[in-house]
Amino acid sequence: MWEYTDKVKDHFLNPRNAGKLENADGIGEVGSLACGDALTLYIKVEEGIITDAKFQTFGCASAIASSSALTELLIGKPVEEAEKLTNKDIAEYLGGLPREKMHCSVMGQEALEQAIKNMRGEAGTKAEHSHEGELICECFGIFDEEILRAIKENDLKTVEDITNFTKAGGGCGKCLDDLERLLNESKGEGVCETPSAQPEFPAKGMTNIQRMHLIESVIDDEIRPILQNDGGDVSLVDIDKDTVVVKLLGMCSNCPSSKLTLTNLVQGKLQEKVDPAIIVKEG
Amino acid sequence: MKTIYMDNNATTQVAPEVFDAIKPYFMDLYGNPSSMHRFGGQVGVEIKKAREQVAKLLNCDPKEIIFTSCGSESDNTAIRSALNAQPDKKHIITTRVEHPAILSLCKYLEKKEGYDVTYLGTDEHGRLDLDEYKSAIRKDTAIVSIMWANNETGNIYPIEEMAKIAKENNVFFHTDAVQAVGKIAIDLEKTPIDMLSLSGHKLHAPKGVGALFVRKRLPFRPFLIGGHQEGSRRAGTENTTGIVALGKACELAHEHMEAENTEVKALRDKLENGLLAAVPDSVLNGDRDNRLPNTSNISFGYVEGEAILLMMDQLGICASSGSACTSGSLEPSHVLRAMGVPFTFAHGSIRFSLSRFNTEEEIDFVLENMPKIIENLRKLSPFSAEIELPTATR
Repeated sequence: MWEYTDKVKDHFLNPRNAGKLENADGIGEVGSLACGDALTLYIKVEEGIITDAKFQTFGCASAIASSSALTELLIGKPVEEAEKLTNKDIAEYLGGLPREKMHCSVMGQEALEQAIKNMRGEAGTKAEHSHEGELICECFGIFDEEILRAIKENDLKTVEDITNFTKAGGGCGKCLDDLERLLNESKGEGVCETPSAQPEFPAKGMTNIQRMHLIESVIDDEIRPILQNDGGDVSLVDIDKDTVVVKLLGMCSNCPSSKLTLTNLVQGKLQEKVDPAIIVKEG
Repeated sequence: MKTIYMDNNATTQVAPEVFDAIKPYFMDLYGNPSSMHRFGGQVGVEIKKAREQVAKLLNCDPKEIIFTSCGSESDNTAIRSALNAQPDKKHIITTRVEHPAILSLCKYLEKKEGYDVTYLGTDEHGRLDLDEYKSAIRKDTAIVSIMWANNETGNIYPIEEMAKIAKENNVFFHTDAVQAVGKIAIDLEKTPIDMLSLSGHKLHAPKGVGALFVRKRLPFRPFLIGGHQEGSRRAGTENTTGIVALGKACELAHEHMEAENTEVKALRDKLENGLLAAVPDSVLNGDRDNRLPNTSNISFGYVEGEAILLMMDQLGICASSGSACTSGSLEPSHVLRAMGVPFTFAHGSIRFSLSRFNTEEEIDFVLENMPKIIENLRKLSPFSAEIELPTATR
């Protein structure tokens, strides 16, 4: 059992500011079901002050407590000050987190950055990677710049620390040598290489996590609006290699043409926008 | 607050009869069974009795039982022995759903000692494919090691048949029966299993004792080398209290086997059916028709296992999760992933494992409280909007 402080337990069992904030000025969404934790942060800003903040979190006790703590730290704070908040502030507010759970506080910091960017119209609600850096951890879709930043801001000394703070290296372990390299680079040793090959189709060369994010965004941005126009909807159930399992909802679920919708619209769009090998099934 | 313990696949309460049986060996009968004097010799007699009790539960010759420190030691001993006895054979067959005592060893052998390992997959219910197994056997296969019952889902595998196939191909067959022993009938006279591992603390003996069955005349290479204990097959002064406890626990398991498969199973089914009916988007993981009678693995979609466990802990309910966050590995249960359980459900899996010490009152308490726990956590989740599927079972 993890050793949580009383404050972590309190914020987990009695989370503050949980729920959705209607008419939010900024929304930040990070994480995913696949990764095991996800946070949506909502902020309301009036005259440069964050007057309200709410969260929705899928994750462990640390993730929920970190989200709750974050909202408490934000409410009443000027945006300029809020921008300076780091994951360390979240962890300190909670009286500390187990080192293996520090990535939960990092998730809070990332959601905050995203929400402020979204408020300023600089980005959508979901954190998007620029894809200019190097993807290091394929299991969790983590790029070199995130890792280098975590090393710098938290003075990380070991590969295990990097995993604790970013989750990179916590899956198959193939990137452990790269994490070692980044640690050395952060000390001024070595140079970071960037990939330059042009993809033949959008998902070419992407990792599972990247493909998953792309599939999610194609469903959200290009498929769902079309279905919603007809009173229907779609939800993503699972992704297993080239098979994407979805559930048609609302009017689409009872529609006699639902098979055509699946093949022509859902599968067609995903094949065009992600990968021609994708097969869509209804779950 | 009363503790409601439903994590018996992790470890079990020491049975009162077992506790009573071992008390004298701490203060009064502390002699070394290898000593020449009567004070030690009388302890040796009790170890002999324990060996007979273990053998009776498995229906084998007491001489085929080696006492070890745990299931992991038994597993490691079995595989190492098979490999050392057949140095020209470099292939191992196991499954993707084994306990880490087997999986980690196999990965080590692959990486450090050049062995080739075939990891058999499962279907969505966690069942093995016998055709895949048969075609995996090669001329250089040194050993097949397949668990009798899965610790996470409770799935029971066709071990008798698999052992027979291995024997037909002159391949050693080992089974990690840590979860099966004491819960289902095992008859080693009727099945050509070469080696079988068990662990005391899974069947109401204390932690720190295990046993390995090694069939007569099977070439054997000791793992622990030192003194002549256990017929020179496992060195080290005997863990007398553990061994006496394991013997008594095996005797009790024999007596309670029927209750395990009727009364405990009935409690498990009441809990399982109640939860699946009361909690939307909950699914059963595993082979519904071929499972240990005490185990139920249920995934609650769109919530995370550690959070569920901690909420349960507030009420004194103890269970386990295949969630990544409970293990520190950051990835959910390898067993559930091998079965293709979607991430949506894999992160929110809870394993309830009962014993004969659980009561109907405890089941009622869990049934009353679990749905509220899941509902409260789902209210917090950004995926709550997606929870609109009807109740389903796998």
